[in-house]
Amino acid sequence: MAETGGQVWGGSGEPTRGPLGWIERRPLAALLIALAVALLLWLVLADWPEELERWLGRKRVFVSALLNGITLGGLYFLVATGFTLIFGLMRNVNLAHGSLYLFGGYLAYTTVQATGLWLLSYLVAFVLVAIVGLLLQVLVFRHMEGQELRQTLVTIGLSIVFADLMLWVWGGDFYQIPTPEWLAGPIDTPIVLDVRSNGEVVYLRYPRVRLVIFLASVVIGVLLWLAINKTKVGMLIRAGVDDREMLAASGVPIQLLFALVFAFGAGLAGMAGVVGGTFQSLSPGEDTRFLLASLVVVIVGGLGSIPGAALGALLIGLAEQFGSVYLPTYAIVFSFLIMVLVLAFRPQGLLSVR
Amino acid sequence: MARPGLPTATTAPATGAGGISPAAWITALVLLFMPALASDFFLVQVFGWTLILGTIALSLQFLAGYGGMVSLVQMTVAGFAGYMVAILGTSGLGQISLGWPFWLAVPVAILLAVVFGTLSGALAVRTAGIYTIMITLAIAAAFFYFTRQNETVFGGFLGFNGVRAPVFWGIDWRSPVPFYYLCLGWAAIAFGLVTWVIRAPFGLALQGIRDNPRRMAALGFDVTAHRIAAYAFAAFLAAPAGILLTWLNGQIAPGTVGIGPVIDILVIAVVGGLGRPIGPFIGALLYVLLRLFALDLLVALGLSGQRFQLLIGIGFLLTVLFSPDGILGLWERAQQRWAGPSGGGGR
Repeated sequence: MAETGGQVWGGSGEPTRGPLGWIERRPLAALLIALAVALLLWLVLADWPEELERWLGRKRVFVSALLNGITLGGLYFLVATGFTLIFGLMRNVNLAHGSLYLFGGYLAYTTVQATGLWLLSYLVAFVLVAIVGLLLQVLVFRHMEGQELRQTLVTIGLSIVFADLMLWVWGGDFYQIPTPEWLAGPIDTPIVLDVRSNGEVVYLRYPRVRLVIFLASVVIGVLLWLAINKTKVGMLIRAGVDDREMLAASGVPIQLLFALVFAFGAGLAGMAGVVGGTFQSLSPGEDTRFLLASLVVVIVGGLGSIPGAALGALLIGLAEQFGSVYLPTYAIVFSFLIMVLVLAFRPQGLLSVR
Repeated sequence: MARPGLPTATTAPATGAGGISPAAWITALVLLFMPALASDFFLVQVFGWTLILGTIALSLQFLAGYGGMVSLVQMTVAGFAGYMVAILGTSGLGQISLGWPFWLAVPVAILLAVVFGTLSGALAVRTAGIYTIMITLAIAAAFFYFTRQNETVFGGFLGFNGVRAPVFWGIDWRSPVPFYYLCLGWAAIAFGLVTWVIRAPFGLALQGIRDNPRRMAALGFDVTAHRIAAYAFAAFLAAPAGILLTWLNGQIAPGTVGIGPVIDILVIAVVGGLGRPIGPFIGALLYVLLRLFALDLLVALGLSGQRFQLLIGIGFLLTVLFSPDGILGLWERAQQRWAGPSGGGGR
């Protein structure tokens, strides 16, 4: 039962033949996915008939929930990527990941208050939280390599300490990082909500900042994919995920690689904190909320897999938003149900290649 | 290979030839005659609470120490039982509570909590190793958010108040002395059950599975069934303790099953020592004393009284970093050093 496991990307476990190969192997699943996507597109683009509005409520509500779910998925992806990357390489389940997220958010809030520069706050959060991650790896986790459970217990202890330290410094208030002016306000999307009787077309208006942030997280995801698949460091990371001992034996400075990846994963969490602090809010308790989100996302997607994190984040984001719109008191049950179903039928996660 | 980094629990207790050591006899006598020694506050708020938390942590110690599964769902199981007693029995929320008599509400609540714990376990054992801690944490967190969100069944953010121990056999079980004996009774039963089960064939098989699941499977043991049964047994230990906790507080709310308390149970078990069933009770006593008197300690250290969590976190970190087998381990090492090779025994 060795936990050999995480494939960071694609995988060497079975031959990767790209999406076409997957469709060949799983024609039924591919067809179902294509149908679901087509249905979703139709729901977004078509003018809703009355019957449908009776079932699902106003189209505006549905489309907003969809967009909110996708953008929330983007945020969850940013948080969960670092988590899954760190696990994939070091087998370290970092339960202090939520604290790193919240710490990044608070740092960014303070930066914006002091300088008014929103973009600078990303840099500050990334660099400072990455340094925290680096210190954790070098000072603590390096000394207990291979002791998974002990490392995890240490991260729990750290998350208790961090939570209280942050409460000490920033207090129990709710903070929201102010959106910069050039991103404030809504944007007209080309999605038609309704055609009035006088022929006037009503378009969906959506907060510009959420769209921009979502695009940014897609860009980060793509860059990460390129970095892992096309660069030398990425090659080492993939090799380390597959066989750490062999990589170390071949003379690669593996401790340096670990430190870099831990710092990078932590930095991503910190940056996600800025995103979360801008379109949601920061307060004590958000650390556990995002830790839980990362846990569910990576359990659903497959621990150690970055595409898995993307898929899981999208599913959980959508489940949460649709849940809170259509069944408010049971919203949390949806994301949980997804997790239960995945554990029941594919315990290694949806996109884990094992 | 099952649990690198932490000591494994052993069945052999540190006893002489007589079976039960004198220290254990003295502890039992002191606990039994505690009401003659302690004030009502100490009886309920210190010892009652310690015994309750210790029993919940004991269920975690059983799973972690003997089954190799660090489950964070034990506090949730206990809280679930508390919620069920509030929902089925009587509480201040008359429109939700069904008002069943206690002799029906309590067993049904325990049964439902055991079902809940078993199902959680069945989910958690789908994957092994470090996943357990993640999945059980996710279940615990989901239950916490669910109780907070759900108004219709779980009473939302405020939960239930006015949930009290019943009066029967002419005894008011909510008054300090009877309540203390209630807590002591269940803690003693749970402790006895664990010490018995770990020597029974089931417990030995479970320890075999902890050490080498493949080999046990090859020998014909159903690994998954044993693990799930361990979760069921642990839930059975934790559920009554959860009901007692609800009676102690007079209420149950999402805060009782929040991430903080869930982690606290782990802290209690690890700090006390996962090696033997007594560990969780030692951890619980320390936790309760800290919780009640931390203010003075923190002020003495020159910190604000609100930094309680910091104290708990640092204590936990120090334990995991420097004495992974907890206070129990420290004690045993000290004993061995003082008494020489003949004194310690145990491991």
